[in-house]
Amino acid sequence: MNARLSRTLFFACVAFFMLLPLIVVVGVSVNEKQSLTFPPEGFSLSWYAQIFTDAGWRDALINSLILATGSAFLAVSVALPLAWFLWRYRAPWAQVFRLLGVAPFILPPVITALGFLTFWATTGPYGEPWTAIISHGIFFVTLPLVTITLGFSSIDGELVEAASTMGANDRTVFRTVIFPLILPYLISGFAFTFVLSLNEYIVAYMTVGFTMETLPIKIFNALRYGYTPTMAAVSFLFVLVAAVVFSLIARFGNLPKLLGNNEGGE
Amino acid sequence: MMQLPPKSIRDYGPLFYPALMLLVFFVIPFGTMIAVSFFQRDVGGFYTPDFVLSNYERFFSLFFAKVLGFSLMLAMMVAVICVAISFPFTYLLTKTSRPTQVIWLIGILSVLSLSEVIIGFAWSSLFSRTAGLSNVLVWLGLLEKPTAYYPGFGAVLTAMVYQALPYSILVLYPSLARFDTSFLEAARTMGASPIRAFLNVLFPVQRNTLLAALIMVFVFALGSYLIPQILGRPQHWTLSVLITDQAIYQSNMPFASAMAVFLVLMSLALVGLTLLIGRKTEVVR
Repeated sequence: MNARLSRTLFFACVAFFMLLPLIVVVGVSVNEKQSLTFPPEGFSLSWYAQIFTDAGWRDALINSLILATGSAFLAVSVALPLAWFLWRYRAPWAQVFRLLGVAPFILPPVITALGFLTFWATTGPYGEPWTAIISHGIFFVTLPLVTITLGFSSIDGELVEAASTMGANDRTVFRTVIFPLILPYLISGFAFTFVLSLNEYIVAYMTVGFTMETLPIKIFNALRYGYTPTMAAVSFLFVLVAAVVFSLIARFGNLPKLLGNNEGGE
Repeated sequence: MMQLPPKSIRDYGPLFYPALMLLVFFVIPFGTMIAVSFFQRDVGGFYTPDFVLSNYERFFSLFFAKVLGFSLMLAMMVAVICVAISFPFTYLLTKTSRPTQVIWLIGILSVLSLSEVIIGFAWSSLFSRTAGLSNVLVWLGLLEKPTAYYPGFGAVLTAMVYQALPYSILVLYPSLARFDTSFLEAARTMGASPIRAFLNVLFPVQRNTLLAALIMVFVFALGSYLIPQILGRPQHWTLSVLITDQAIYQSNMPFASAMAVFLVLMSLALVGLTLLIGRKTEVVR
């Protein structure tokens, strides 16, 4: 009982630490006055409304959504055929591409960002919105690559054998057997990329920072001129989006397993 | 399914597009950056192809040695604090029921996906005089009047630990979840207290995992660039901040690239070390 109590206490402390900034952010975001006072004075949702009515914030929101959607599609489109090839064929040298897919995410992000900056500046299209989509798509390709690879490794080989024996070619096997099985992993890879791209700052800033404002760039730029409650409202909205997306993944997939727990909990 | 070597050129078809994308948009940009690090800076703000070592030479000055030393020290502190909290935490988490784990994982992933901008903003509010924690302390009667705790080293450290904690939990999670608890049960049966069993059994068995997590968090923390800017004073700026500053505001891409190449070499060495440790862990298992 004593061990149980100390565990609960320890968990509560970690939970409190993790929630603390969010509590303040929420408190500030519903403040009635245009100042950062905590505890909040009065209650108002006008700062949330401002995200959608103020042209600057709305544009940043739309930019971020386009960037996140585009880069998530790109990341999945690169990761899926690569993961399939590595699973289907025995080609040890092709593992180099798996390494290349994981590398951008392991290195400090400022390096990938600077790589893109020099690349886009040297080749010409620096500042074009689509360069940010490609940059994010490649930067986050690791996430769908890892989840889809996990999906392939969980496929029962006999299913595929059976389909092949009955005369299905690779394409038919992929369409009728493999694709439905890996779809949840594909969706979660897409969702991971989407959420992280929505929040990413440095790569977006170094590629299109001066021509296109995404929400994190807008928040950081606004920080220099002092704090507004709108920032807090946007921040909380972001956490909410992330929590909803990951809850959906947990609802329709096996979240512990997706994160490497083979037992999948008790 | 049997994995066979690809036979015809058609079999390579699916690999073509991902390989092309990764080569063009990762390998070439990376190569460009390395090349630029040897280029000569133009007065106009751009650069001309050349092969000079001056960008690297400039790096070996007392100022940058200090920045590098601070970056390493900060990343090391963050890594040690994070692993010290997340190791026992993650272990206990893997022993809870599945629904509990799922709820925690959703929360951890949500915090992990928080933008560094938002983490910096939230903690600067928490440490500020007007909207900060000190108001709560005043309200509780523990403090006379509210004070500001930022900018300062403590603020930078706290926010960076906050940022890296979910990451370190997720790095430790797979290995701790697969840990065979019968070792611990044996120790408990022989009369060891839970804490003793934890320190004398779990700790040594998981030593390599622990070391790998330390290095992963260290590299992760080394990449922090916004939190030191938002919450720290200029002396708290890390190498990542200086790289961004040189690239964007000083328009000195060759110098920024040289620093980035240096950071890559350091990170690669550490990641290589992690892989080496990982391999050893496999053998032991």
